[in-house]
Amino acid sequence: MVEHPLEADRGPAAPKAPVRTDPPATSPVGRRIVLGMFGLGATGILFGQKIHDTVERWLRPVTENDPTGLSTLLPTSGRFRIYSVTNSLPSKGDAEYRLKIDGLVDRPLILSLADLKARKATKLVKDFQCVTGWRVPDVPWKGVLLRDLLDEVGVKKGATHLRIYSFDGAYTESLTLDQARRRDVMAAYEMEDGPVTQEHGGPVRLYVAPMYGYKSLKWLDRIEVVNHLDEKDAGYWEVRGYDTDAWIGESNGREGDEKV
Amino acid sequence: MVATEVTETTDDVERFTGAERALHWVTAALVLTCAITGLILYVGSLSALVSRRDLLKHVHVYAGLAMPVPMIAAYAGHWRDAVRKDVRRLARWTKADKRWLRTRGRAAHDQVGKFNAGQKANAAFIAGMIPVMLVTGSIMRWFDPFPLSWRSGATFVHDWTAIVTWFVVAGHILIAFGNPPALRAMIKGRMSEDFARRHHPGWAGSPDTDA
Repeated sequence: MVEHPLEADRGPAAPKAPVRTDPPATSPVGRRIVLGMFGLGATGILFGQKIHDTVERWLRPVTENDPTGLSTLLPTSGRFRIYSVTNSLPSKGDAEYRLKIDGLVDRPLILSLADLKARKATKLVKDFQCVTGWRVPDVPWKGVLLRDLLDEVGVKKGATHLRIYSFDGAYTESLTLDQARRRDVMAAYEMEDGPVTQEHGGPVRLYVAPMYGYKSLKWLDRIEVVNHLDEKDAGYWEVRGYDTDAWIGESNGREGDEKV
Repeated sequence: MVATEVTETTDDVERFTGAERALHWVTAALVLTCAITGLILYVGSLSALVSRRDLLKHVHVYAGLAMPVPMIAAYAGHWRDAVRKDVRRLARWTKADKRWLRTRGRAAHDQVGKFNAGQKANAAFIAGMIPVMLVTGSIMRWFDPFPLSWRSGATFVHDWTAIVTWFVVAGHILIAFGNPPALRAMIKGRMSEDFARRHHPGWAGSPDTDA
């Protein structure tokens, strides 16, 4: 409603309601608005992923050069969304944290965060691409390559896969040994130039650059070297229909994504 | 403040029944709860400040699921007649309403009924928003039976609808504070005949018409 001076001038003796004989013709605009929103909503559910991806590509030049950071509040901007499969974010302090590497290895290893940081560090600056569509470009990562850790523990002959566990007690992942030995797969303890925070899976998480985000398990607890992988052990999302080999742009029906 | 409102007026026109006001305020509380918890869940820096993500998520989901309950309750008893009548008033637009909205209240003011076109647009938006958010939110929360792309699509719709809702609700609240008699009518149920005549001339004086 708008208060305008004209009204005030009229004072208390406002005009009486105009006398009408017939009620004015009306149209069901309210219903049209509601039904229109249902239509838009349904369209968005079915095609929102494509629309989102397209809009994000258009906006990337803007969002990447926005000094105010306000554009990061838009759903289509490059920002992380926090997913966890358990009811609460798991918590482990830096001091109590341990990474266990065992299974078919010559020398099983339990590493504290300090132990991990004492090992050869590798830095990567690479995108994080989620299978649900969002992508955070050029994230700085720092950690220890899995290949270095695997060399240190000594993988036994016949081993084929890694089973990877989160200390959230529910999430699991898997990689083939070849995938794990790539130079862009690491146990990361820094991202975005700071420690990996709790919501991002700290103190230590996996980062599997060439694959969709669900492979980059958060709250890394244990890496088990195994010699076969049942389908039911392929990982939390894999059991629920996601691809086990989650190459960006070549899996999960998402051909359009740019490879990392 | 308009000069006439300084003089003593009595709120002598009944505008909203108790059931209607309960419907408005319970829905308002649920929408605000979802808006605030949703904002914290959505904006990473706020999430980090507040933590307790699990609790926020539960509050958000349950407040969302409860959102149709007040509307169902408003239709569940003998008090439904007044509710139904006002819903019909809100849903039907006259040509004058469209003109009023296009000119932002400058034209066709003398033909505004119980609800002006802004109030009608707001009501229709909220009526559409709640089911859209319920369905998309449910797909996000219980995603297992749906294709992966639906989950992304539902997230997309939920996010953008939330942003639009923030602006609509903020505008609604600002306008309410700018029109204390209208706000008072939603709290106490009554408004002065003077305000009713000036802002709802098509309704004032003939409260039994369907205007």
